[in-house]
Amino acid sequence: MVWYIVRRFLQLIPVFLGATLLVYFLVFSLPGDATAAICGERGCTPAVVAGLREQYNLDQPFWIQYLLYLKGVLTFDLGVNFSGRPIATIIAEVFPTTAKLAVMALVIEAFFGIVFGLIAGLRKGKIFDSSVLVLSLVVIAVPIFVLGFLMQFLIGVKLQWTNPTVSGNATFSELLLPAVVLGLVSFAYVLRLTRTSIIENVNADYVRTATAKGLSRRRVVVVHVLRNSLIPVVTFLGADLGALMGGAIVTEGIFNVNGVGNTLYRAVLNGDGPMVVSIVTFLILIFCLANLLVDLLYAWLDPRIRYA
Amino acid sequence: MRFTRNSKMLSVAAIAVLSLSACGGGSTESSTGGGTTDAVIVVDGSEPQNPLIPTSTNEVGGGAILDLIFAGLVSYDADGKPENEMAESIETEDAQNYTITLKEGKTFTNGDPVTASSFVDAWNYGAAAKNAQLSSYFFESIEGYDEASAEGSTVETMSGLTVVDDRTFTVKLAQPESDWPLRLGYSAFFPLPAAALQDPAAFGENPIGNGPYKFASEGAWQHNQQIELVPNDEYEGTQAAQNAGVTFKIYQNDTTAYQDLISDNLDVLKTIPTSDIKNFKNDLGERSIESPYAGNQTIAIPYYLPNWDGEAGKLRRQAISMAINREEITSVIFNNGRTPAKDFTAPVLDGYSEDLPGSENLEYNPEKAKQLWEDAEEISPYDESQPLTIGYNADKGDHKTWVEAVVNNIKNDLGIEVAGKPYATFKEARTEATEETLTGSLRAGWQADYPSLYNFLGPIYATGAGSNDARYSNAEFDQELTDGLAASTVEEGNEAMNKAQEQLLEDLPAIPLWYQVAQGGWSNNVDNVEFGWNGVPLYYAITGK
Amino acid sequence: MPEPTSLPAPTEAPTPMARTKTSAYPIEHFVADPDETPVRATDSTVSDAAPRSLWSEAWRSLRRQPLFIISAVLILAVIFVALFPGLFTNEPPNENCLLANSDGGPAPGHPLGFTVQGCDILSRVVHGTQSSLTVGLFATIGVVLIGGLIGALAGFFGGWVDAILARVGDIFFALPLILGAIVVVQLPVFQQNRNVWTLVVILVTFGWPQIARITRAAVMEVRNADFVTAARSLGVSPLGALVKHVIPNALAPVIVIATISLGTFIVAESTLSFLGIGLPPDVMSWGNDIFSAKPSLRSNPMAIFWPGLALSITVLSFIMLGDALRDALDPKARKR
Repeated sequence: MVWYIVRRFLQLIPVFLGATLLVYFLVFSLPGDATAAICGERGCTPAVVAGLREQYNLDQPFWIQYLLYLKGVLTFDLGVNFSGRPIATIIAEVFPTTAKLAVMALVIEAFFGIVFGLIAGLRKGKIFDSSVLVLSLVVIAVPIFVLGFLMQFLIGVKLQWTNPTVSGNATFSELLLPAVVLGLVSFAYVLRLTRTSIIENVNADYVRTATAKGLSRRRVVVVHVLRNSLIPVVTFLGADLGALMGGAIVTEGIFNVNGVGNTLYRAVLNGDGPMVVSIVTFLILIFCLANLLVDLLYAWLDPRIRYA
Repeated sequence: MRFTRNSKMLSVAAIAVLSLSACGGGSTESSTGGGTTDAVIVVDGSEPQNPLIPTSTNEVGGGAILDLIFAGLVSYDADGKPENEMAESIETEDAQNYTITLKEGKTFTNGDPVTASSFVDAWNYGAAAKNAQLSSYFFESIEGYDEASAEGSTVETMSGLTVVDDRTFTVKLAQPESDWPLRLGYSAFFPLPAAALQDPAAFGENPIGNGPYKFASEGAWQHNQQIELVPNDEYEGTQAAQNAGVTFKIYQNDTTAYQDLISDNLDVLKTIPTSDIKNFKNDLGERSIESPYAGNQTIAIPYYLPNWDGEAGKLRRQAISMAINREEITSVIFNNGRTPAKDFTAPVLDGYSEDLPGSENLEYNPEKAKQLWEDAEEISPYDESQPLTIGYNADKGDHKTWVEAVVNNIKNDLGIEVAGKPYATFKEARTEATEETLTGSLRAGWQADYPSLYNFLGPIYATGAGSNDARYSNAEFDQELTDGLAASTVEEGNEAMNKAQEQLLEDLPAIPLWYQVAQGGWSNNVDNVEFGWNGVPLYYAITGK
Repeated sequence: MPEPTSLPAPTEAPTPMARTKTSAYPIEHFVADPDETPVRATDSTVSDAAPRSLWSEAWRSLRRQPLFIISAVLILAVIFVALFPGLFTNEPPNENCLLANSDGGPAPGHPLGFTVQGCDILSRVVHGTQSSLTVGLFATIGVVLIGGLIGALAGFFGGWVDAILARVGDIFFALPLILGAIVVVQLPVFQQNRNVWTLVVILVTFGWPQIARITRAAVMEVRNADFVTAARSLGVSPLGALVKHVIPNALAPVIVIATISLGTFIVAESTLSFLGIGLPPDVMSWGNDIFSAKPSLRSNPMAIFWPGLALSITVLSFIMLGDALRDALDPKARKR
């Protein structure tokens, strides 16, 4: 087990190199000249363009740009973005807010998804099951930019239960509404996954055995059925953490959250290579760690799964 | 319990004002229009894209801050009329040699006096190639700019600038330009204290200015969140603060800001988002404003596209222009929040005329449009393999809706293939325009830097100009522009500019659509909100209720 | 997999073993008379019948399920609309949009009213079916094939195969969709003719890792099951065991993710359009319509309701189909 974990950590090195190279290449291939974004509607004089290219190494070929960036990373200097601000500072600013938001969304979607899915699975075909199906349909079919806006308008503006936008402090109560919106789509996935898994397992032999042993229904459901049903759900949640961290562009925009998603989005639009690569690399590391955790959870959830 | 944020802010502000006046400041005592001067106004802003140095700021987010913390030689009043600010006088006899005298006793907020060198050094810094300042081209009229700004140049000063004494300097332009003094209120021409040039990066984080406001403290710029400004008590000018401070709350989009506005979490919103253009009068009632400003929207059609060159191209351009029902689009899509264009400039400008010869080409006339299109077909048939597209960038501004309306207009009236063409990023569209690889037309919005007709013509349609996306080149037009600049008075200049515009109205290198109108709103907490000639609220004049 | 049919045939009370606790109260063992409890029909086996494959077994159970029949009819109806839009509306696609009708309510000949551009909503929804369905269906098929294959291999073989495939998946998953999409859209192949297939390629390229993760987990869970061990010990090759025994039993979570993804892909198209990298504006699709209707959400909510409803019905029918398929594939849950 320990050896397995060590190996997984060693794998981070090629992942890091591969990811940075790939992302840097993608940013490099983005259409349009990066200085055009800096210069804006009016454009700059050729001399200024040349100066900017030199300043941000844009005049170098791809390999040199990439190696210069890599050298910076190895000396703990991520460099500056196109606005001249240290990238490390920016990440330190936006990361905690996004982490808070993502974890809150994850907890919300996991809790409600599993509980609703469990009940729906146990009462397959009954009225509760059908109702949550309709609920998840709404969540799937209405895009997040509509749902988020509607919830903001109803709860933030009309009912005034909370501020419609998130301030710089990003307090728990301010983040609650965006977290719910962010977790909604994944909630549908968790719910359907749990429900299906429960239906699969509720007829399994070991459940009959447990019931036959005379265990209470609650114990059978929670200890045996649920635990054995959680593998796909946990897998989904692990992968979703990464998506919630980096992909919350729309939700962050609606609620004015100063987070990773929007910083990344703006950096992509501006073709700000070092900024994009730094954030994406960071996301990949989080993602790999979350997946490692999930893999270790498998062994706990299902003792038949072993790691050498 | 949801009024917390603002009420807290108000009480904090009240305390701040009390302590300020205790310290002997006195600029906030007068009260206008019945409002109170002890309120901190929370307004919407966007994150400045560059360090807050006047010559490296070329976008509105940073521009709005700079305009409050700096004061130039002149400032513009609500109608765009320049008034002397730091300048005692700006004198010239030939529109080419200017003598500028400064007022006495003006200081930066760090105590440094505002001297002739504060201007001259700042301008030289802005123009020199080695500093790669984004707004360097604003100094192009000054003699010696070409040497200082050439690629790789090591020349750090412009020969046209001479310091005479602490309060006087002279400017020699490369050629006579009668509207040059009009430009001096633009942020690129602001003065800088000596500290700025020693460490520009640090200065850009915590700028020190001489304007009506100053940073509340070191680090008042909380990136991507807010920028806190408080009144500068040393400032004596026409734009003295009528409030206890302006806090720019940074938003990623206007739709979000609007939700904050209608729930009183934001005091002033300068742009109503397209999505609420039909609701805002209902939501805000008396608390909204529509105020025309110096900006317009056009569609530039490059001459290097085969269908759009020569005589046939000219007829097609006119046909397209006449097929667009500007009245209907501005009333339906923008809820009258735009005004149909009658020329290439904007109505708030001095010298604007709405009935220039040729302006009938901008009027909706589907029959004539069809006729013109057929005439063009006779000269050279339309190459169907390259149908017209209207390009717009999808990342900033909401252009999709109106582009689609224009597309439908042209399709319905001319029966030709037209389509919108979104670009994912602004830079992608810009790069294609610069490298002459556009495959269709491109929308272009222009917002005035300084209130002058020339600002809408020279930079966009003069041969070889930086923003000439259509690659229009007309010697007669160029000559009339030069004549206009050389005119000895602004009035004569304007006349020549409008003469030049007649060429544009005939050729239509770009198709003017409409003039911009600022649609803004404010909360229940503030009063006296007015918008200036450039669509920006007069922040200094806003009071609490 | 029929269950064992041996009846309990206790003939005498079991002899207590030495260390077995004996109850203080003697328990009377009651054994029913076989005449009173006859063997049920389902519990009997026909041992000489040819064994049916899992799939034919599934199909047999599937076609008797009302859930399956309803969803199949719905899906066929949606496909029919996609293929023959002209039968459902008289309005030609993408034409006759008059601003005079902007945000108008239902009118004769226009039962669903108009969009902000004055286009007939019914016509747009009907004509949008084809591209939306293509994007949703083929993107889903693509991610299931690619993600399923990679996930199954990684989960079944483990070790270095898993290490490589799973880490590649991690990299792809963390890549921002918008970054990849902007670059893919620029590929020379797509630059000239951007269409629904461009979108399918983008969604598949950046969507497969999710299915791969789920498949990998499901396969890891199943590969240790007794019936797989049994098959392997009977001499079935690893690949054969994977294809014949592991994958069919690991399908349930994949079906769930796939059916929901079908809906989210159709919606993702609208988000990509919003970012300027989706379908060209003159291609009609539900996603495009939903996005265009968003600005007038408060003044004309019906413009967003109708394409949203069409999308919901489509997703619903695929979710029901997935449920029915899963039930049919699960011998334990099969109705008798």
